[in-house]
Amino acid sequence: MKEVIHTPVPLVEEEEYHINMGPQHPSTHGVLRLVVTLQGEIVKSLKPHCGYIHRGIEKMCEKDTYPQIIHLTDRIDYLSAHINNHAVCLLVEKALEIEVPERVKYVRTIMDELARIQSHQLWWASFGMDLGGLTCFFYGLRDREKILDIWEETTGARFLQSYYTPGGLLWDIHPNFQKDVKAFIKYFRKKIRDYDNILSGNVIFRERSRNIGLMSKEDAISWGVTGPSGRGSGWSCDVRKHHPYALYDKVDFKEILYTEGDTLARYLVRMDEMRESMNIIEQLIDNIPEGDFTAKMKAVIKLPAGEYYQRVESARGDLGLYCISDGNKTPYRMKFRTPSFSNLSVLDHISRDLKIADLVAIGGSLDLVIPDIDR
Amino acid sequence: MKEKDFRDNETLESFKKTGQGILLTTIDDIIDWGRSNSVWPLTFATSCCGIEMMATGASRHDFARFGIEVYRASPRQADVIVVAGTIVNKMAPVLKRLYDQMSEPKFVIAMGACAVSGGPFYYNCYHVVRGVDHIIPVDVYIPGCPPRPEALLYGVMQLQRKIKLQTITDAKKIEKVK
Repeated sequence: MKEVIHTPVPLVEEEEYHINMGPQHPSTHGVLRLVVTLQGEIVKSLKPHCGYIHRGIEKMCEKDTYPQIIHLTDRIDYLSAHINNHAVCLLVEKALEIEVPERVKYVRTIMDELARIQSHQLWWASFGMDLGGLTCFFYGLRDREKILDIWEETTGARFLQSYYTPGGLLWDIHPNFQKDVKAFIKYFRKKIRDYDNILSGNVIFRERSRNIGLMSKEDAISWGVTGPSGRGSGWSCDVRKHHPYALYDKVDFKEILYTEGDTLARYLVRMDEMRESMNIIEQLIDNIPEGDFTAKMKAVIKLPAGEYYQRVESARGDLGLYCISDGNKTPYRMKFRTPSFSNLSVLDHISRDLKIADLVAIGGSLDLVIPDIDR
Repeated sequence: MKEKDFRDNETLESFKKTGQGILLTTIDDIIDWGRSNSVWPLTFATSCCGIEMMATGASRHDFARFGIEVYRASPRQADVIVVAGTIVNKMAPVLKRLYDQMSEPKFVIAMGACAVSGGPFYYNCYHVVRGVDHIIPVDVYIPGCPPRPEALLYGVMQLQRKIKLQTITDAKKIEKVK
């Protein structure tokens, strides 16, 4: 006993030790568990543990018909629910070779871009909050409510809408839709300047986020980091540009690319994407053609036997759907290639030899949605 | 919402114990008033409902009007745990542990269909806990997938009604049993 008491305790711990970040931790945005190996305050390595919100959606898809699957895809990446629905609809339409009416394409593109804006708004709000700016949280969510109002009017739900169906839309848009969207764009063009004043131009924020979490273009490609996180490293990976769907081949927009590859670059990509999304909406909102809101579909949708793959650009990156059909009304196998999963895998690589406080900023800049990782 | 609609059932109030001393009931009233108006939630969100919980805490709906002022990241400082989202088998022990770490008096709100009963993941699933009441006792259930912020506010108001029925004599009994 005496020996134990008199053992000298070293002033600085040289040994490595492990701490658990999560599954209940405010800065992991959900139930992600990171086992971080630290030496003092320096991150030596980290291991993500997945599965705390594994809901088996891929397995459930095997029991569900295609219109039912749409409701499950809402819940994978709930912040880009419309875009996930779009992926399923495009997959079914591609397999059945259905041409959807022009009006549907317009509405879908506008809704997708609204989803992208609100996802980035919420990301901006929580990213600011992670770094200690609580004002961001209130500003971001205040403006997000405006988009939710527009959706609620047309789709009937605030944020898990399931508004798309294979072949079209559930019902037509609300008469006020165009007016409201235009009013929102006018409103948000002013408010996004506030965002820049609060965070983008803030010296403390810039110093905090510059040159941390460096990811080269080669890293981004080899880890499969897509979406705004990959484009922050200069990798041109926008599915909307390279494999256009809906109306993206007709609208004029530019792919946002930054070459720095640090946390600040990933931040700036998202800020510019919000502006670019507003440009896309402005090009389309006045030109929505009259017509049907759905193509003619059979009551029971059966895909011909075979394999299908459909990718869309969700707010987090490249979302891929791989489906094997054996000719029944339910798929034989459904696989989701979700962007957050591969974006998470790079976290260990880019956060090594940095302070643990920087890990929060890096994790926030990758914009992870945990059900998107675990499915 | 009108006051009349809010008091649509009187079942809760009928549980209120009567016939106690004037001193005890006065102390009860004061303590319950304080407790019901400063309920601090734990930041615990697993999925989609968590976003609606954030929206409830943010500018438009503003939780803080009801005294639900600050989200605490530590269970030691929290009074209420809003289970927002699906609880799967791997998460269940963690949730139980979080609940055990909270100090008395503690309350649970099951928010959303998943927390109430498993929700959309009730059928054809091998890993989802079919309702958090299998793990921890639930005070208020809020249905919806996800519930609107107004629904969460209503649920919180119901919880406040429930807190107002507590007496300190009951609390002592609970401690003795332990």
